[in-house]
Amino acid sequence: MAEINSKIPKGPLTSKWTHYKDHQNLVNPSNKRKLDIIIVGTGLAGSAAAASLGEMGFNVKIFCYQDSPRRAHSIAAQGGINAAKNYPNDGDSIYRLFYDTIKGGDYRAREANVYRLAEVSNNIIDQCVAQGVPFAREYGGSLENRSFGGAQVSRTFFARGQTGQQLLLGSYGALSRQIKLGTVKLYDRHEMMDVVLIDGKARGIIARDLITGKLERHFGHAVVVATGGYGNVFYLSTNAMGSNTSAIWQIFKKGAYFANPCFTQIHPTCIPVHGDYQSKLTLMSESLRNDGRIWVPKKKEDAEAHRHGKLKANDIPEEDRDYFLERRYPAFGNLVPRDVASRAAKERCDAGFGVGPTGLAVFLDFRESIGRLGKHVIEERYGNLFQMYEKIVDENPYANPMMIYPAVHYTMGGTWVDYELQTTVTGLFAAGEANFSDHGANRLGASALMQGLADGYFVLPYTVQNYLAGEIRVARMSTDKAEFVEAEKVVQARLEKLMAIKGNKSVDHFHKELGKIMWEFVGMARNEAGLKSAIELIRKLRAEFWKDVKIPGIINELNVELEKANRVADFLELGELLAYDALNRNESCGGHFREEYQTEEGECKRNDEDYKYVAAWEYKSEGEFILHKEPLDYEEIEVKQRVYK
Amino acid sequence: MKLTLRIWRQRDAKSAGKFVTYSLDNISPNCSFLEMLDILNEQLIQKNEEPVVFDHDCREGICGMCSLYINGRPHGPDDAVTACQLHMRKFKDGDTIVIEPWRARPFPVIRDLMVDRSAFDKIIQEGGYISVNTGGAAEANNILAGKENSELAMDAAACIGCGACVAACKNASAMLFVSAKISQFALLPQGQIEAKQRVKKMVKMMDELGFGNCTNTYACEAECPKLISRSNIARMNREFICAKVI
Amino acid sequence: MNPSFLHFSSITKKIWMAFLGLFLMIFLVVHLGINLCLLRNDGGAWFTAAAHFMGTNYIVKVFEIVLFAGFIFHILLGIILQVQNWMARPVRYLVSNKTYTPFLSKYMIYTGGIVLIFLIIHFMNFYFIKLGWVSNPNFTSEGEPNFFVIAQDLFASPAYSILYIFLFIVLGFHLNQAFQAAWQTLGVNHPQYNSCIGWFGTFYAIVVPLGFIIIPIYFLLTR
Repeated sequence: MAEINSKIPKGPLTSKWTHYKDHQNLVNPSNKRKLDIIIVGTGLAGSAAAASLGEMGFNVKIFCYQDSPRRAHSIAAQGGINAAKNYPNDGDSIYRLFYDTIKGGDYRAREANVYRLAEVSNNIIDQCVAQGVPFAREYGGSLENRSFGGAQVSRTFFARGQTGQQLLLGSYGALSRQIKLGTVKLYDRHEMMDVVLIDGKARGIIARDLITGKLERHFGHAVVVATGGYGNVFYLSTNAMGSNTSAIWQIFKKGAYFANPCFTQIHPTCIPVHGDYQSKLTLMSESLRNDGRIWVPKKKEDAEAHRHGKLKANDIPEEDRDYFLERRYPAFGNLVPRDVASRAAKERCDAGFGVGPTGLAVFLDFRESIGRLGKHVIEERYGNLFQMYEKIVDENPYANPMMIYPAVHYTMGGTWVDYELQTTVTGLFAAGEANFSDHGANRLGASALMQGLADGYFVLPYTVQNYLAGEIRVARMSTDKAEFVEAEKVVQARLEKLMAIKGNKSVDHFHKELGKIMWEFVGMARNEAGLKSAIELIRKLRAEFWKDVKIPGIINELNVELEKANRVADFLELGELLAYDALNRNESCGGHFREEYQTEEGECKRNDEDYKYVAAWEYKSEGEFILHKEPLDYEEIEVKQRVYK
Repeated sequence: MKLTLRIWRQRDAKSAGKFVTYSLDNISPNCSFLEMLDILNEQLIQKNEEPVVFDHDCREGICGMCSLYINGRPHGPDDAVTACQLHMRKFKDGDTIVIEPWRARPFPVIRDLMVDRSAFDKIIQEGGYISVNTGGAAEANNILAGKENSELAMDAAACIGCGACVAACKNASAMLFVSAKISQFALLPQGQIEAKQRVKKMVKMMDELGFGNCTNTYACEAECPKLISRSNIARMNREFICAKVI
Repeated sequence: MNPSFLHFSSITKKIWMAFLGLFLMIFLVVHLGINLCLLRNDGGAWFTAAAHFMGTNYIVKVFEIVLFAGFIFHILLGIILQVQNWMARPVRYLVSNKTYTPFLSKYMIYTGGIVLIFLIIHFMNFYFIKLGWVSNPNFTSEGEPNFFVIAQDLFASPAYSILYIFLFIVLGFHLNQAFQAAWQTLGVNHPQYNSCIGWFGTFYAIVVPLGFIIIPIYFLLTR
């Protein structure tokens, strides 16, 4: 495999993208019709790319495992989308958005990519408004902004608490228009099983029709993977049930490097786990921490009593409460960044002070602010969140403190891509959360939607065209070619192997076990010994999976358990890589926290000397990975320590 | 909790289906409805039976994938929630729960409780968008939109496309779904240019797909997990009259 | 039947349905006005005069055609829509729907059907006599059918009167749902006016049928 080349254009940072666009290769309209592009995933990145490339005249095929493109999990994003419009006149600029993103990512993102992201952020807003996305408005009719995630400027555009939904419906609309026009063909309830390489270039995929269970071969001059993140490797996460890593794991096995898998983001304000039947964690906006105070009992016996339902939170006297965030971080208190708050809560619970039936929760108390501001103010600010909490937990959060616990939310790591979003496999691209993206080691609020749409609307249409300009002489290939036949055989064999196990334990059992290992040892706080044992445990679990998993039904029809098994098989391999990467990165930065590398106050201790690089892993064989390093050179930005004190 | 479940089982679109009775014990009232089905499926797998197939994905009430008709109501006995947000505490110990798939001619059953809702996609493809090419948009604040209408547009745009309106309607009418999308664009300046074409084409497709007509029982509104208002249907009718007459 | 009539879009059919329904509601007020003449203790002089006017005035005759067309279209559309609506759900639910819906709103076709049955009886008793399709022994001095006597004879029967009262109660329910539904269908739905429309609809649905119901009660009491 060729050495890593991020293909960053020459020239000053501010004109790299313009320079690229001015000099890229184009395809003339009559040739575009003859070029096929396969896109996997219909979230923001996938649907935006499909719509845009379809509009340009390419012949696009788009795949999703759900029943409709509109179901992709981008739909669940709540907060908003950032752009450097500077409408509130508070001093925002493209540079500032770029700078904040790099800094927020703890200096582990690529400068040129992030600058481009900030640059096109404004075009995204223009595009979405033109599509009829109902963004919040001022009385004068102009767009409203709010501040989000502790930014100093108000640059977040939002559509109530459903910004992701509205942006996705916008790109879904654009996609639907192209489907009607015939430039895009939709394959819903289809799952990508593998990528097909011919002469070293991505030339198509093997997909499984989830209704009939039949394998299909699809040719494309280029393949784009936009299948989202891999947070479900932890089993419980804020991701959708079907979110999976299979597409990016299959391309990893075919030569596309996987970058920074250990960069995962944990969100502190989620509704805690309430039983082992639980399938999903629900996120509540972190704005709750503006007025809520986080605490656990000071005495272990109180925590114990609460766990057994013998003691109510309100009966614990003030002097027996430990406001641990305020105690540990007097300056920031309850408003410390996501990762710090999450780790502090875990620390208390691990020490035996956790509350709730499982002991894995801390209190988020509004008593004081209700007393100070009045119930109506709290209701005005957080009414819908309180309502949601009450629906799920069946407890009135105005009268009793809420219980919260951190949950896996987003994965910054993903398929390694160069400046053109091309992976290390020629003709294979990755976009959105699926690529290792522009967020470095930690993603700021309201940046995920921005990146997904930037990739889909404003990057891929240029870079894919640039690539395809060199492919105009390649005629559509028959899917009877040996490579296609072979790839299908491999997939078929794997499915048959899974079906043939006929063991005793369900797929969910293994997924839950994997989740427990990941959460325990590769979760919020990691250490060398834990990571090493995680690798051992995952290997063991994987071996057991391949011996003892039980899948009812048959291959050639709708078989939900088989779909899940296929995904979990990949998670069982990814988990190991994640642990490897975490073990390799002997530093703490962003979402990656190694207990060995912290300051006395428990802060991240970054090691720029040795780890200021992107860890791009190459697949060798099962459980064997080769590390490639892409050094990160900062020309514009001075690298500093993130300080919250 | 102890429960008796009567669930529609159907092998595929062509086979005949039937109700099968299952009993479940030790269900926590804090369990969500879909988690209860997960537990049932786990037990079925252990007994070498095939699990009940049902659509679901985000499990936080936004993707619109879950689609269960529970004891005579789409998404079950709670108001303004999807089945994934419904909790077992809304039922009583010893209850019998009948679970059926959405029933409508344009929503054929694929298997068990899973139905094909691609009819909704087909309606959107007829005009549920504003035709603007990527990169062809003007500066965002050049298009001003009144706050009041923007809020109404957002109310309509909150539709998750789950199909509960069709499932609840005695006529299997899709008017609430279609009108929500038409309303969203009718209320915004961006949507005006294509307004007439949009309403005519979308309504035509809705009719062709075999959805029923609206007879103003407002069951759609009562069951919508996102509380989409019937005023959108009135607005669609207005748009339709204008498109046809003027 | 004109096949294009069947191919009207769903909304077009609905709009006609609503429009014709509102039109028929106006007619019903006129009809009530004439009927209330029966309450005058004048041996049917006003009623007969009104019947004579309605039977001979040319403008009324033109309107009569429009009115009949209105009835027929309203009924036909109702039936067509119902059949299409049934077809939209070939497999029924096991558990009947438990969704909250306004009272009897789901049963418009049935309340409408009951009204239709009454309408046929009513036509047999009055309108077809005028057309000479049904034989009739009662004539006025001018040789026209004496509708006053016919009405008197009918209301003399308690069974007919009870049926009559029942049917107007059913019509009341039909109208109560119909009035606001018609405006909703015609696109009139505004938070400022909705309660007003609902209130007027209910008022109309009570007062107009009540006006009709008073007559047999009067006849029963004064018999």
